Amino acid sequence: MSKILVIAEHLDGKLNSSTARAVSAAVAVKGAAIDVLVLADNVDAIAAEAAKIDGVSRVLTVARAENAHPLAAVLAPQIAKAAAGYSHVFVPSTTFGKDVAPRVAALLGVAQVSDVMSVETAHTFKRPIYAGNAIITVEADASHTVVATIRSASWPAAGAIASSAPVEALTIDAALPTHTRFVELKQGSSDRPDLQSASKVVSGGRGVGSKENFDIIFKFADRIGAAVGASRAAVDAGYVPSDLQVGQTGKIIAPELYMAIGISGAIQHLTGIKDAGTIVAINKDGEAPIFEIADFGLVGDLFKIIPELEQALS
Amino acid sequence: MKILVGYKRVVDYNVRIQVKPDGSGVVTDGVKLSANPFDDIALEEALRLREKGVAEEVIVVGIGPTDLTAHLRNGLAMGANRAIHVVTGDAVQPLTAARVFLKLIEKEQPELVILGKQAIDDDANQTGQMLAALWDRPQATFASKVEIADGKATVTREVDAGLEVIEAELPAVITTDLRLNEPRFIKLPDIMKAKSKPIDTIELGSLGVEAHDHLKTTHYAAPAKRSKGVMVKDAAELVAALKQKGLL
Repeated sequence: MSKILVIAEHLDGKLNSSTARAVSAAVAVKGAAIDVLVLADNVDAIAAEAAKIDGVSRVLTVARAENAHPLAAVLAPQIAKAAAGYSHVFVPSTTFGKDVAPRVAALLGVAQVSDVMSVETAHTFKRPIYAGNAIITVEADASHTVVATIRSASWPAAGAIASSAPVEALTIDAALPTHTRFVELKQGSSDRPDLQSASKVVSGGRGVGSKENFDIIFKFADRIGAAVGASRAAVDAGYVPSDLQVGQTGKIIAPELYMAIGISGAIQHLTGIKDAGTIVAINKDGEAPIFEIADFGLVGDLFKIIPELEQALS
Repeated sequence: MKILVGYKRVVDYNVRIQVKPDGSGVVTDGVKLSANPFDDIALEEALRLREKGVAEEVIVVGIGPTDLTAHLRNGLAMGANRAIHVVTGDAVQPLTAARVFLKLIEKEQPELVILGKQAIDDDANQTGQMLAALWDRPQATFASKVEIADGKATVTREVDAGLEVIEAELPAVITTDLRLNEPRFIKLPDIMKAKSKPIDTIELGSLGVEAHDHLKTTHYAAPAKRSKGVMVKDAAELVAALKQKGLL
């Protein structure tokens, strides 16, 4: 039987929804027992959240001051030790998981399956290559631990349950390096929903025209409770910071509603939104490629349409 | 300081990838090949560190078949001092690539290894992290700014939550993100100059690293397509449609 260790991702004492998405992938491995591992300085609040994820048998915690920040060099030796006895280690395929999981795999001397989109069997998975332009089926060696990162956009977050799985503190005897040190994290504005996990996203592109004009995107997003994203063109033009970039080289997201405003729809952008539930495109160019994949398209001037949308909403 | 740079050859990013109808792979015959864009950024960063006087020597490393030489010449034309070509006819997976780099590190003793955060063919995003683990040294992945001073690298990393700054004692592995720099173009005289720069050739087998497939790819498929939806005539119709779907 499969025993899966899911590594919790968290920030500021809160569990990231990528963790519950990784649990969904673990649930897809038939008959698996699923434990979640929380590595932090203060583990209690995070562990309590993880214990309520449907499908989780146990939450294991390692509380150490060194785990205050997610440094791969510090976390990987602990995860590699904790992985003993598990058939699989699943980590969200976010910048956190992409950083730490390969380090764990190398310590275990095994390959890693990156960006799991679907679980076919306990050792067979589907994953994207060439920026999602091809999907491959890969088979991992059943005699080794499977280390995999789970593509958040492909998995719904496992639901919360009323009862809680037991929480157990682990003592891990691993020498931790001091050669890598956290200095600071400069976060974007945090009063809006997180782009990676938001159910609604409003994105602006080059058509928005300037940093100042981008206010209209932010205002509209706030009006409907959406996160704000941007195309690479808008980021490169300096309208918004790079952490808002959606696409192959930015964030790959799967909100229920995605509104692309003033975005033409370059392949690299479309790669990032392929799994969105409903895509809306607003663009003054009726020939823009974004309309080829949009569920609803509206041709016109965004500066005229957005106020009209706001009016239609009120 | 000596810097090793990974320099992989991949299908050019402008090529529209096509999956073979029998699911055995993607079409690569006659397709344009180029340097992995993240590796060009890695090389550019190394060259800038040399130009600033932080580094003395930049070595590009390629793993692949005998005809990879022409690709490595591009790296030399861009400005690398010399190249190492690890020759193998087999496709190399990240763990094998990391083991190869470790062998080269033992020989060359670099203080910095700069790799692309991922190659745009397999999109694995693993080699740098795996190498750092095997080498037991720091990793600074997804770098958008690198400063080297006092035996350490201060690296700004592009993470989902924003920008994270970490300090890594050298030697260390850095992997590049898109915004670290804009790679220079190769000039014609540099192509001529590159012809006389040395390329060391090493058979992969002679490094004591076995290039076996840790993961087996059994099938290739084209992604599911989204179909074109409907055009609405105005904002009111759009809002009504989204409300009907329970999205607003």
